Amino acid sequence: MKIFTTEFRKRADQICANYPVKRAAALPVMRLIQEEYGSISGEAELEIADYFEIPPAAVRELMTFYTLFYSKPKGKCHIQICRTLSCALLGAGELIRYMEEKLGIKAGETTQDEQFSLDQVECLGACEMAPMAQINKEYVGPLTKEKLGQVLKHNYVGIQD
Amino acid sequence: MEKLISRFFEIPNANTISVYLGEGGYEAARQALEEMKPEKIEAELKNSNLRGLGGAGFSCGMKWSFVPRNTGKPIYLVVNADEGEPGTFKDKYILTYAPHLLIEGMILTAYAVGIHKAFIYIRGEYEVPYLKLKEAVDEAYNKGFLGKNIFGTSFHFDVVIHRGAGAYICGEETGLLESLEGKKGFPRLKPPFPAVVGLFGCPTVINNVETLSYIPFIVKRGSEWFAKLGVGKNGGMRLFSVSGHVEKPGVYELPMGIPLREIICDHAGGIRNNRKLKAVVPGGLSAAILTADELDVRMDFDSLKAIGSMGGSGGVIVMDETVSMVDALCVTMQFFAHESCGQCSPCREGTGWISRILNRIVNGKGRPNDIENLLDIGKYLGGTTICALADGAQMAFLSYLKKFRSEFEAVIPKHTKSYANA
Repeated sequence: MKIFTTEFRKRADQICANYPVKRAAALPVMRLIQEEYGSISGEAELEIADYFEIPPAAVRELMTFYTLFYSKPKGKCHIQICRTLSCALLGAGELIRYMEEKLGIKAGETTQDEQFSLDQVECLGACEMAPMAQINKEYVGPLTKEKLGQVLKHNYVGIQD
Repeated sequence: MEKLISRFFEIPNANTISVYLGEGGYEAARQALEEMKPEKIEAELKNSNLRGLGGAGFSCGMKWSFVPRNTGKPIYLVVNADEGEPGTFKDKYILTYAPHLLIEGMILTAYAVGIHKAFIYIRGEYEVPYLKLKEAVDEAYNKGFLGKNIFGTSFHFDVVIHRGAGAYICGEETGLLESLEGKKGFPRLKPPFPAVVGLFGCPTVINNVETLSYIPFIVKRGSEWFAKLGVGKNGGMRLFSVSGHVEKPGVYELPMGIPLREIICDHAGGIRNNRKLKAVVPGGLSAAILTADELDVRMDFDSLKAIGSMGGSGGVIVMDETVSMVDALCVTMQFFAHESCGQCSPCREGTGWISRILNRIVNGKGRPNDIENLLDIGKYLGGTTICALADGAQMAFLSYLKKFRSEFEAVIPKHTKSYANA
C-alpha cells in the first residue's frame, strides 16, 4: 500500500510549508497518516523516512518515543484509563482491574474481535474529572464501574449519566 | 474577589471572537499596536512581576530581556500548551473557553519583542481544546488580527498550531523545541538558553499559555495594579488546579500568596466525606509534599520555595487521612519512571530502580535495607542531569520519605535473625 500518493504528498507539502525546516512537520504528518490508517506500519515508516529524507531509524525513534503513535491499530473502542495520582486516589486502579476482568484482556491489549483496546496511561490533564479516561477522542469522568459498564455495550455512543 | 482569566470561563461562548470582542477583547492589543512603543510593553511586563506559570516561575519580563534583537535571524514565539504536569489542567480551560485571550497575549508579546511567527505546541491528547483553539486562530485571521497588517498597522504575525504526540518531557522547554523540530524530545544542555539559541537555532521566547494570557490585562490596566494583586516579587494571580479528595475539584483563580488552607477549605469546599486532611502536593507532582501542619503556607513561588517545596504549575492534589503514602509515592515514581526520556543515566536508571523497589514494597515484599537503598538512589537523582525532570522527581520522592518515613517502615518487614549471621 502506498501512502504518499500524489494527493497525500500535496497535503504533506502543505503542512511542511508551515515550517522553515521540512523535518519539523514529521509529527503532524505522522499524525495525519495515523488518523487515516489507524496505525503506522513498518512500510509506512519507510515511506515517511523517504519523504522527509531522514534515516528509517529516525522515524522508528519517533514511533517509540511518543506514546500516541501505534504500530498496530487499536480496537474500535479505545479505552485509556488514567492511572496517575489524582485518578489513583479516587479509584483508578480498581477501574482498570474491573475492565481487565470484563474484557478478558490485560491493560495494553486488544480484544480478539478488535472491538476494544484497554490502556492505562499517565496524567491526561483532567484531574478535576478523576477518576477519568479517554475513550476514543472523548474525555469522560468521574467514572464508576457502572458508567464504564455502559462502554461495553454494543454500538457504544457515549457515557450517559 | 475579581476574576481575570477565569471570568471568561463563565461567560457563554467566550471562545468565539464576537463574544470576546463584546467583552473588550483585543482592545489592549489594538491600542498597543497603534500607540505604544514595544519597549514600553516590555518595561510594563518587567514591572508587573509576572512569573512563568508553567512551572519554573521565572520572571517573564526577564526572560524576554535575554532575547538578542539584532542577530539578523528571525525571533520565534513558542507557546507551551503541552500541559502535562500531573495535577494540572488549567491551560485546558484557557484553550477551550478563552483562546482569544491567549492569542491577544501572543500578539502583544510578538509586538513587544519583534516576533513575526509563533508556534503553539499543544499536547497531543487534547482534542476539544485543540479544536477550540483552531477555531479561534481562524477567526482571528479572518478579522485581520493575525497575518498581515494587523489592526491596519504594518505589523505582521503568523501563528501555527503544532500538536504533540504524547510525551511529558516535551513540556520541558528544550525538549519541546526538539520535538517541534521533528525529533524525539530530548532536552538540550543549557546554556545556550532558548532565548539566544532556540527553535531552528534562532532566538526564541517560550512562555506557558497562562503566562501569556495575563499579558492583555497587564497592558490594559497597568503593571502596578497587577503587581499589587500578588505578593512581593510574585505578581498578580494564578490559576490553581485543585484535585484529589476535595468536595469541589476545579480551577480557581486566586492571588499569589493566598494561604493553601483557603484554597482547599474555602474555595474547593474542604475534604470529602468529612475526613481529615493528611497531605497536599502544592504545585504539580514534582513538588515536595506538604503535611497537614503546613497548610498555612502562602501559595506563591518564593514562600513555597522557602519551605522546601515549589509553586510549580499550580496543581494542588489533596489527600485525605485514608491515603497510604507508600501507595501514593509508588504511583508518583511510576509516573517519573515512565516519563523519563532516557537521555541521562541517573534519571533513566534512578527513577526505574525507585519505581521497582516501591512496587515490591507495596506488594508486601519490602526488604530491611530498602529505605537506605532508596535514599541512596534518591541522593544522586537531582543536579546530575540535563533537565529538571529528575530534580522534580527527587524533590517529590525525598519529601515523602522524610515526612512519612514511619509509614514506609511499617510496611517493610523487620530484619529477623537469619542463618547467615547466626
